[in-house]
Amino acid sequence: MTLAEIREEIIDILHDIAPDEDLSELKDDVDFREQLELDSMDFLDIVMELRKRHRVQIPEEDYGELASMHRTVTYLEPLLKDVARVS
Amino acid sequence: MIANSSQPDRQRIVITGVGLTSPNGNHLQEFRQNLLQGVSGVVPYNIRYVGDTLAGICDYDELRYQKRKEVRRGTRAGSVGVYCAHETIRDSGIDWENQDKSRVGVYIGLTEHGNVETENEVYQLKGYDYDTTYWSHHHNPRTVANNPAGEVSLNLGITGPHYTIGAACAAGNAGLIQGAQMLRLEECDIAIGGGVSESIHTFGIFASFKSQGALAEHEDPVRASRPFDIARSGIVVAEGGCLYTLERLDDARRRGANIYGELLGYSMNSDASDFVLPNPERQAECIQQALRRAGLAAEEIDVVSTHATGTASGDQQECEALRQVFGERCENTFFNNTKSYIGHAMGAAGALELAGNLTAFEDGICHPTINVDELDTVCDLAGLVLNEPRELGNVRYILNNSFGMLGINSVVIIGKF
Repeated sequence: MTLAEIREEIIDILHDIAPDEDLSELKDDVDFREQLELDSMDFLDIVMELRKRHRVQIPEEDYGELASMHRTVTYLEPLLKDVARVS
Repeated sequence: MIANSSQPDRQRIVITGVGLTSPNGNHLQEFRQNLLQGVSGVVPYNIRYVGDTLAGICDYDELRYQKRKEVRRGTRAGSVGVYCAHETIRDSGIDWENQDKSRVGVYIGLTEHGNVETENEVYQLKGYDYDTTYWSHHHNPRTVANNPAGEVSLNLGITGPHYTIGAACAAGNAGLIQGAQMLRLEECDIAIGGGVSESIHTFGIFASFKSQGALAEHEDPVRASRPFDIARSGIVVAEGGCLYTLERLDDARRRGANIYGELLGYSMNSDASDFVLPNPERQAECIQQALRRAGLAAEEIDVVSTHATGTASGDQQECEALRQVFGERCENTFFNNTKSYIGHAMGAAGALELAGNLTAFEDGICHPTINVDELDTVCDLAGLVLNEPRELGNVRYILNNSFGMLGINSVVIIGKF
């Protein structure tokens, strides 16, 4: 997946776990929690969805890397570079 | 405990609000109208592994009081509970914004909880070769036994006590009784009590009834639930919920509340005789104890809302219990059954069936048991109201039976206020 595709994938996951949120104006450099009503269970949902969709295992010590869209995409890029986006 | 008008107002418990969703109605008036018009809520249904079957399904708007995220994160039982809790509070006319939420208690009866989520997780886990790292972190908060009551407290900001009462199919009455007891103990000032059911979403309950030979089948879904009929074939599983707003009479009077009725007496006891088979002697004792506590004679009861589920054993045993209590002398007592319309709403059944009759205090009508083409002669009680509503005139006392597996019996008696 390209960086753009990874971003699309994360947006897709966020649509599922935060269905009441408007994601059209999400700022990539601002923490998710400052823009969206997300709690720790929601971040675990992101981790679980990545595991289910792409078999990506994110160790607990790396959860902080998912704080914003920019950091998430940067963190996932090497893990997903050989994975094709489905859908 | 003696629960009649000789008690001080501080110990008298009244119903001041009703919130419900039933397979044939999403508020009390709609539910009542459909009971009087013979409208069923049973429809074709398909669930994994069991396949095509029948069920009572609710169509309330789950987004009326919850965000999509709350619905996604929670359970169906929680969603039903939230809907019913909002509806009952709104119906009660309580100034909710200014209500001290720490003085509100939530007491919700359940037949079972956690099966739906566990089955769903195991089903998904199969796709990951049973690797438990794919097991959801939502599983525990969704399956803890207090979940439906907890979701109500979260949604409504209620900081008083909340818990569920596991009482098989006697749970709807049990939730109401628990609420009344907590009011009498001054543990809360407003009790939200009743029962909910999400049971149509677990294949296990259908499969288990089927293995037991107790799952209803019929080519016409609306004819499938037929307590007291000789051609009954078993239980139609339903979902739903009904929560009452309960208050002490002095509080209700002070705020000028509309009072649906007064809880005059109640009773719970145990058969201690079988896992599934009912015991008419214990049921009769439970009814008699409720009557004693209400200070009423059997012949004073106008309407008996029966528990009968549409199994031969259950229907016949309950009728035997009723015969023991009401005998042949109660010529002005009439018996009906609400499951014949909506199926068996499990933890919600007792509360919903009481609600279906509650409006009889106003309209003076006993809604009938529908689908009785040929009455099982063992169930031939003198006052059975069958297929057509019956005008009773002044209805003063309603007795509501609700029984469950492992021999749990519950009875409540509501008086016109």
